[in-house]
Amino acid sequence: MTDTSVIDHGPEASFGDYVALLKPRVMSLVVFTALVGLLVAPGGVHPLVGFTAVLFIALGGGASGALNMWYDADIDRLMTRTQNRPIPAGRVTEGEAFAFGMALSGIAVVMLALATNLFAAGLLAFTIFFYVVVYTMWLKRWTPQNIVIGGAAGAFPPMIGWAAVTGGVSVESILMFCLIFVWTPPHFWSLALFMKEDYSRAGVPMLTVTHGRAKTRKHILAYTILLIPVSLGLGLTSVGGPVYLAAAVAMNLWFLKGAFTILRRDEDAAIADDYATERTFFRFSLVYLFLHFGALLVEASLRSFGLGGW
Amino acid sequence: MAINQEHEIHRRRFGRNLGLGLVLAGFVALVFGLTVVKVKRLDPEITAQEVVR
Repeated sequence: MTDTSVIDHGPEASFGDYVALLKPRVMSLVVFTALVGLLVAPGGVHPLVGFTAVLFIALGGGASGALNMWYDADIDRLMTRTQNRPIPAGRVTEGEAFAFGMALSGIAVVMLALATNLFAAGLLAFTIFFYVVVYTMWLKRWTPQNIVIGGAAGAFPPMIGWAAVTGGVSVESILMFCLIFVWTPPHFWSLALFMKEDYSRAGVPMLTVTHGRAKTRKHILAYTILLIPVSLGLGLTSVGGPVYLAAAVAMNLWFLKGAFTILRRDEDAAIADDYATERTFFRFSLVYLFLHFGALLVEASLRSFGLGGW
Repeated sequence: MAINQEHEIHRRRFGRNLGLGLVLAGFVALVFGLTVVKVKRLDPEITAQEVVR
């Protein structure tokens, strides 16, 4: 034997592929909202404990993302947006993604329990269960209301952050949950308005496919209106204050105006400018959530100087 | 006989191993740090018990 040969088993995963399984972009929202929940909670924890809590809340969220990709590999292969994910591209097998997601879920829950408390860890375990079993396995392929109820999974992180410090729930943490929960439908449906083709090809019952786009526009407005009392109500609790409330009023007016504009548009106008209004509304929805939690953070820092709050 | 031919797959595997190594090292450091924080927080109680004794 004079030479060595490498048997090519097809594309092999790189480190980045495993990171991609954790859905890092979704994770950034989880990190931010969990961090705010943790920082605005009364009491406070040691910085390293806080860092560990946010890290493992994010890892738990990432693990549920990997389990979601494991279960949804069949439809990910059909949609152009998701065809290059590690499983459809053949770089990671479905079994590997499942094992990876399960192992990381366990590590995240146990580490959160050790670093903070059992209640926060239980909430994290429930969030993973909710996202993987209730949303991915059950609701997503069954009802056009999938993202309304599934949005709860994305709404838990600030509540877990709060629980990591206080060991319980309160009206503040429930309202932070409600803010993300009610925000998810208009955020996601505005995306669905300009991404219709993908979902219909994969057979996912997206509201735009099952009930039409005119109805989706009405639903966006309904949830935007519903969002107003939640957003303002949070401002009246102990974590709110004048800065938050002023920001919330401005953003809700802006969001409401956008939702009305979306409602009044017909499909021809939307196709004519390639869904410019819908795209702007979608981008603003991200700013909306980011600024709400940012304003809570501002109130918390002002409070440490004896300012802000009520 | 040594394997001296470098294949693209070897580089990718090295990257994966290096990444995992760094993650594990970070995890060890984190658990150590957490232990220090938790032990320090318990310290006053332990001291109080010793005074009683």
